[in-house]
Amino acid sequence: MFKHLTNGLAGAVAAASLAMPLAASANLSDDMVKIGVLSDMSGVYKALEGPGAVIAAEMAVEDFGGEVLGKPIEIVSADHQNKPDIGASTAREWIDAENVDMITALDNSSVALSVQGLASDRKVITLNTGAGTTALTEDQCTPYGIHYVYDTHALPVGTATAMVKNGGEKWFFITADYAFGHSLRDNTSAVVESLGGEVVGDVEAPLSTNDFSSYLIQAQSSGADVIGLANAGQDTVNAIKQANQFRIVQGGQKLAGMLVFISDVHSMGQDIAQGLQFTTAFVWNQNDEAEEWSRRFYDRHGAMPTMVHAGVYSAVSNYLKAIDETGTDDSDAVRKALGEMTLNDVFVKGGKIAPNGSMLHDMYLVEVKKPEEATEEWDLLKVVSKIPADQAYISMEDTTCKLVNN
Amino acid sequence: MSIQVIMSQALLGLNVGVFYAMLSLGLAVIFGLLNIINFAHGAMYMLGAFIALIGYSFLEQWFGISLQIGFWASLIVAPLLVGLLGVIIERTMLKRLYDLDHIYGLLLTFGITLILQGLFANYFNVSGTPYPGQPEVLSGVVNLGFMYFPTYRLFAIVFSLVVCFATWFFIEHTKLGSRLRAGVENPDLTQAFGLNVPLMVTLTFAFGAGLAGLAGVLAAPIYSVSPLMGADLIIVVFAVVVIGGMGSIMGAILSGLALGLVEGLTKVFYPPAANTVIFFLMVLVLLFRPAGLFGKEK
Repeated sequence: MFKHLTNGLAGAVAAASLAMPLAASANLSDDMVKIGVLSDMSGVYKALEGPGAVIAAEMAVEDFGGEVLGKPIEIVSADHQNKPDIGASTAREWIDAENVDMITALDNSSVALSVQGLASDRKVITLNTGAGTTALTEDQCTPYGIHYVYDTHALPVGTATAMVKNGGEKWFFITADYAFGHSLRDNTSAVVESLGGEVVGDVEAPLSTNDFSSYLIQAQSSGADVIGLANAGQDTVNAIKQANQFRIVQGGQKLAGMLVFISDVHSMGQDIAQGLQFTTAFVWNQNDEAEEWSRRFYDRHGAMPTMVHAGVYSAVSNYLKAIDETGTDDSDAVRKALGEMTLNDVFVKGGKIAPNGSMLHDMYLVEVKKPEEATEEWDLLKVVSKIPADQAYISMEDTTCKLVNN
Repeated sequence: MSIQVIMSQALLGLNVGVFYAMLSLGLAVIFGLLNIINFAHGAMYMLGAFIALIGYSFLEQWFGISLQIGFWASLIVAPLLVGLLGVIIERTMLKRLYDLDHIYGLLLTFGITLILQGLFANYFNVSGTPYPGQPEVLSGVVNLGFMYFPTYRLFAIVFSLVVCFATWFFIEHTKLGSRLRAGVENPDLTQAFGLNVPLMVTLTFAFGAGLAGLAGVLAAPIYSVSPLMGADLIIVVFAVVVIGGMGSIMGAILSGLALGLVEGLTKVFYPPAANTVIFFLMVLVLLFRPAGLFGKEK
């Protein structure tokens, strides 16, 4: 009888262990996890996110073992062409027709806002790694929208503070004329003015401007100490290159790239970019772990990762981890689990996702190395100082997000 | 507003103006002789820039030829290749349309533009690829007293002006030019005098296209090379031709330069209007001088 009992117990254990993944898999919609990478694949932001983001997502899936809760993980990707309508219609099709469970990347703030709103209405999590606007976690925050890598509050805190403290009190902005540029300019102005600085002028240039010379000459004659570039990607590269052609820095004015990626520095060349300070969330060779991952990324992409690429890897990894922990891809459960996790990986140490969706983590003020300081082609940045998460990001006391009770 | 700022912006305006002048010159020559509104002119400009880029950066990578065509060589090679494409387009397609309404030529060349743009957008970054081949001698800056001006841009201004006025001189003051003008005035009679008008027409189209290609090479080091670089410019250039007067060589050159200046100065006094000021002037010219500032009413 005793034997029967043990047999019975063993059977029950076996049955239970068999039944567990079955029960869990029943909680995965359509028996798989589908992740959408929606990015600018052909335009101004291609190099900083684009196809590299797809590679980073694929690496996250492979490193996770290729499956979660015993079911396959699939990555789909598309080009939003920096157009909110195209981004929204792609996201709608992914969610409604293809059962995409999570959307990541989403550079370009205009696209990001439209996709985050639409996805949240359909209870789909967005892990935004590319866009900058704080509206994603402030006025337009949603229960399922997470903003992962940087925002237009975190960027000026490091860069503008450092520049004003070094005597750059009068600022002139060259602003990308859309949601992101305006948000970045306004937040930077606030930092500059709070430290006793002054904004002496501003021009709004259309996205993808080829020739910044006219704006640069206006900035030059404005008497500003600092020319703040409230733009990104190819626009920043063009502006800095042309500022060099017109000898603006040699004339005594400083350039402040408010959002600069390592891909931009690489494309400008160290000769032109040396000494430029900016704020970033990730430097590929900041520690051994990051370097090991970055070199694997380089082998597949042919370029070192930007902070956005590393952010996509981290976001996808942690999303899969949350599914694994909760045993479901139900967005409410996964979002709750993500909010309770402390994020530690190649990209982030001790990161926390706040109730408004903002991923709170340390940022770094970095400086472009001089050519003679570099040990290899991509050894471009050195860390000047660390900006603690509580200074970089808007606190839960100050947030205007309606999801946070103040 | 200091005089320095105005002079700097005027010079930058002239920098834009020489491109307007070169492109509108080609358009005016083609319209004068062929009566074709060549919408593909912007695509020819784009093609010139891409030939320079491909010649410099992609020959080995794409075709396995270990040859690099530098900037100076591109100034010759690109216009020739674009001109050759012009010959093919004129001989195989445009020549069938001469007896039809203008609109057919416009539609055909518009179609060619879309095909060329689509083709390049398929292989190249839409936001532009930098052209790395700018010669070392032109890479510095010149101190003009009121501003530092990049040597290359100064070179582009001078070079374009020389090309524009040489073209004008050729058409207005040489024997071959006078034959060309005769062909424009009365093709039948000119043919009767034993001149090969169809050949003149083909070569003129090739020349206009080559001029656009040359402008493309000159633009490559200043702006990024992009499939849409011509599309952005061609509408403005049409407005320039309308203001100068269709078919007027000197009109196209002078109005190109003048409108570049106007645009540059608008950027100082009221920046938001910089993109529209040329069209505003075009409306005024059409209302008060429909044949354009330098055109003759027929």
